[in-house]
Amino acid sequence: MRRVVTSTKSMAAGTAVKPMTADAAEELVAREFASIVDSHRPQIFRFLLASLRDVDLAETLTQECFLKAHRNWKHFRGDSSAMTWLMRIAINLQKDHWRNRRLQFWRHTQTNAVSVDEASDWLPNGERSAEQQILAREQVAQVWKAVEGLSARQRTVFLLRYVDEQELSEIARVTGLSEGTVKAHLSRALGRVRAELRGTR
Amino acid sequence: MSGRNNLVGKILAEEIDDPIVAGALKHFKTSVDAWSEAAYSRPRAAERTARRTWRLAATWALGCLLAAGSLAGTLFEHHQQQEAARIAAIKAAEQKAALEHKTSAQPVTAAIVTRRQPAAVKRAANENEDLLATVDSDVSRQVPAAMEPLAQMMESNGTN
Repeated sequence: MRRVVTSTKSMAAGTAVKPMTADAAEELVAREFASIVDSHRPQIFRFLLASLRDVDLAETLTQECFLKAHRNWKHFRGDSSAMTWLMRIAINLQKDHWRNRRLQFWRHTQTNAVSVDEASDWLPNGERSAEQQILAREQVAQVWKAVEGLSARQRTVFLLRYVDEQELSEIARVTGLSEGTVKAHLSRALGRVRAELRGTR
Repeated sequence: MSGRNNLVGKILAEEIDDPIVAGALKHFKTSVDAWSEAAYSRPRAAERTARRTWRLAATWALGCLLAAGSLAGTLFEHHQQQEAARIAAIKAAEQKAALEHKTSAQPVTAAIVTRRQPAAVKRAANENEDLLATVDSDVSRQVPAAMEPLAQMMESNGTN
């Protein structure tokens, strides 16, 4: 069955009605979604990678995130930005993953999560001296260690703020928390990072 | 890239007054970005998916095998119980039949016994009487003989 979609704007203006077939409308939606995937996929992947420290798992969950988004794309009303919506899906998927892992405690799942030291190896040389590079790598390792010790919620808020550079109001929308709670989580997370860097923990 | 770093610096400067923490967070972000970019653009390998599929299939096969095994065990146990119950029922029926046969045969024997009993009792009583009579006669014959000297003395006293 083929539906004919007409533009109401053009009808109101009294101009010639330009019919659009269902196939053409679907193609338009598909193209729109493809552009959303292209622009937001790296960011979602980066957040999941930083949260899980597992490349394969981050890739799988990113795929699942966009699959879920594609299925529900017609329900997306545009109340928030597409990025906020996608990030919310990604956070929920991550939560589900941890919940499932806790429930399947008898399973010896092979985890590909890299160690803190391995994760901190990823640091571009830049224009730093060798000494500065070593110092920077040490600091990155300490931050990873602090992040590892955070609760799931604190970690999410911390990564959204200092890796994704999101505003507090945006983080509150994504996580479903109030701005005050986001600030409190950030403050605790920063306290932990500070303590780790000073070596008091 | 430098514009982004400036933005991070600006954000951090607002919240973090400690330059060491701010610097560490900046390095952290740069590190995560580099890792993410490298991982995102790496060539994808299908080997892991295949292994996962194989493992999933193996898990399912093992699960099905276990389920079939437990089902077969249950069925076998059920069958064994039924067989045992059948054998027990047959034995019980046999015992019952034997018991019935015995009770039906018992009155005839009892009648014969009750019919034969008086004659036997009479015969036994007669035998006893005969025996007693023989003993009496023997005793009665012997006692006078034993008492003969006394009798003779009494006789001689009488004569004197």
